[in-house]
Amino acid sequence: MSKYYVNKFLFTVDRDPEYLKRYAEDPRTFVATWEQSIGPKLNDAEISTVHSFTPEERQALVNHDYVALFEMGAHFFLNLTIFIGIYDEPYMAKDGPLAFQKEFARKLEHWKGKDYPSVET
Amino acid sequence: MAELVATLASTHHPFYLKATTMPVEQQMPQAPEWKRKVESYRETLAKTKPDILVMIGSDHFHQIFLDNCPQFLIGKAEAYDATFYNEEREFGIPKYLLQGDPQMSGFMHQHLMDQNFDFAFSNELKIDHSIICPIITVRPQNDLPVVPIYTNIFAPPLHSPKRFYDLGRAIRKAIDDYPSDKRVAAIGTGHLSLELGGPRQFMETGPDPDFDHQAIDWLRTGNIDAILENVSLESMEKSGNATHGFLNFILMLGVAGPEAADYVDNLDLFHTMEAYFTWYPKEQAA
Repeated sequence: MSKYYVNKFLFTVDRDPEYLKRYAEDPRTFVATWEQSIGPKLNDAEISTVHSFTPEERQALVNHDYVALFEMGAHFFLNLTIFIGIYDEPYMAKDGPLAFQKEFARKLEHWKGKDYPSVET
Repeated sequence: MAELVATLASTHHPFYLKATTMPVEQQMPQAPEWKRKVESYRETLAKTKPDILVMIGSDHFHQIFLDNCPQFLIGKAEAYDATFYNEEREFGIPKYLLQGDPQMSGFMHQHLMDQNFDFAFSNELKIDHSIICPIITVRPQNDLPVVPIYTNIFAPPLHSPKRFYDLGRAIRKAIDDYPSDKRVAAIGTGHLSLELGGPRQFMETGPDPDFDHQAIDWLRTGNIDAILENVSLESMEKSGNATHGFLNFILMLGVAGPEAADYVDNLDLFHTMEAYFTWYPKEQAA
């Protein structure tokens, strides 16, 4: 398991309009590309060889499954902003302001009153 | 020596600018009241005629990430770009260029190290909304140099409330000892109870309104003893997963000293309690 690497995915994609577009439109292909050539990058010359996703992490990213990501301890801020970036506009157009954010909360309702999975890395 | 002329501590709601500048017919009902309150709060800074702003905020994974994550960091640059792509996208905050004050940054860095705060530093820091929101609310003309300080309220393990208070005291001492005739204002932002990316996000109120009212009262009276007795990292987690932003309020009370605030205001918004405090100095830091 690499909570760090999941967070690195969310961090690098959310901050880059081109990556975000590709992740929104074709997540399976983009996650594969990210694992091959984006995730390992430390800078233009250096790569890291030490991190990888588990099958569950990969699947959650491919499925835009923010509930599973929350439950794996992905950082709450990264897990929220990236999917707001993808879903806020279409949800707003259909159901008004904050529709996506409220659905996000509803899908996590079973965690109310419990200790959330730790985001510590 | 430099003079601390005001300490401001407030929430930093990233939607303030958008909410109060969109076409009136699309604005939320609280927008005019929100604007009125922020403009009145702005006056509490303006009337002190500051020359330099020491600004305390917390990067939200914009420049700082988990590969290299300082607990405390000071910016030491001639100027700072501000606002990242994903903040423009999500909050509609424009880009800014803030002037720095490398001399004061350097002095404060050394002074804080000498007080046993091992600060990281950055000579190329891009500022995020935790510092731009207060520029928008209390100094929109963006005409003063800044010394930016970042705290980690986001990526555990976090420092304790006591450590944040002590850092506030140390920042106060560094400002008081700065050999300059400048007038300095300290401005910090954080949150009261807040949930992001969890089941209690974006409710009608913040996730823990009782905490919000209690916290406002503690800050109003400058009651650091009650804060340190009642607030822990675990208790903040229970009040909402992003409530640790309250640590920056504790820090700012450290800058002000354990004194009653001179200006207190708040506004219940749709998923947070906004709060605005100003202290004018009555004592020199010990």
